[in-house]
Amino acid sequence: MAADSRLRVQSIEGITQVEFIDRNILDEANIQAIGDEISELIDRADVPNLLLSFSNVDHLSSAALGALITINNKVKDKGGSLRLANIDPQIYEVFMITRLNKLFDIHETTDDALKAFA
Amino acid sequence: MSTSNGSNPGAPPETATVSLPHDRDRIDALQSALMFAVERAGYAKPSRFAIKLAFEEAIMNAFHHGHKGLDENLEIRVEYAVAPGEVLIVVEDQGPGFDPDSIPDPTLDENLALPSGRGIMLMRAYMTEVAHNASGNRVELRYVRPQD
Repeated sequence: MAADSRLRVQSIEGITQVEFIDRNILDEANIQAIGDEISELIDRADVPNLLLSFSNVDHLSSAALGALITINNKVKDKGGSLRLANIDPQIYEVFMITRLNKLFDIHETTDDALKAFA
Repeated sequence: MSTSNGSNPGAPPETATVSLPHDRDRIDALQSALMFAVERAGYAKPSRFAIKLAFEEAIMNAFHHGHKGLDENLEIRVEYAVAPGEVLIVVEDQGPGFDPDSIPDPTLDENLALPSGRGIMLMRAYMTEVAHNASGNRVELRYVRPQD
């Protein structure tokens, strides 16, 4: 991972857990950097099992949602699975308004999400 | 950038009028100034979340869609007025404009996996009123403070 990584990444038992460091995922350069880093993780895995934790995130934009959709499509293309967890209630409302809570597999906590991989 | 400060309830709205380049530091500085004004005017956290999100979407739409294919150095014009009862944000780009109703509904099942097209719907969801001018290169966002 690059020294200026915006992600905290750990892989345990075939599941790559990614925690966003930034409180705001709004601007295009930031989103592009995050998308590129996660794409690398997907490319490296034979079958990517990815868990994204939003515990630090206070704000995200429609551009960030777009990046998440692109990540989801890439993971699905490789036969893997993507789960999201620890989403602040205000941000979860954004997922509901856009109906993306139907597209993504969202769990309340990382523990819940990890169990769902089993 | 011109600003006027109205930090007490009887004061006039806190306002700014800015010509903004596509530069993240400048966008962040204006966003911070707006959000400080909103906080000073006493808006609660859900309101601040809504205003910050709608501001970001309007700015990004202006640069990415309004100025698509045009000179990267073109600036947009942003105005805001923050009063205790409502917040008004106006964003105008120099592009030819577009029809906001031409964007496919991103919440339809067949469009859920499309990575774009959600900016305007989020503005409409979180603002009290979203109005485009006839040519579609200027958007007015109005947020009325919810009753406690």
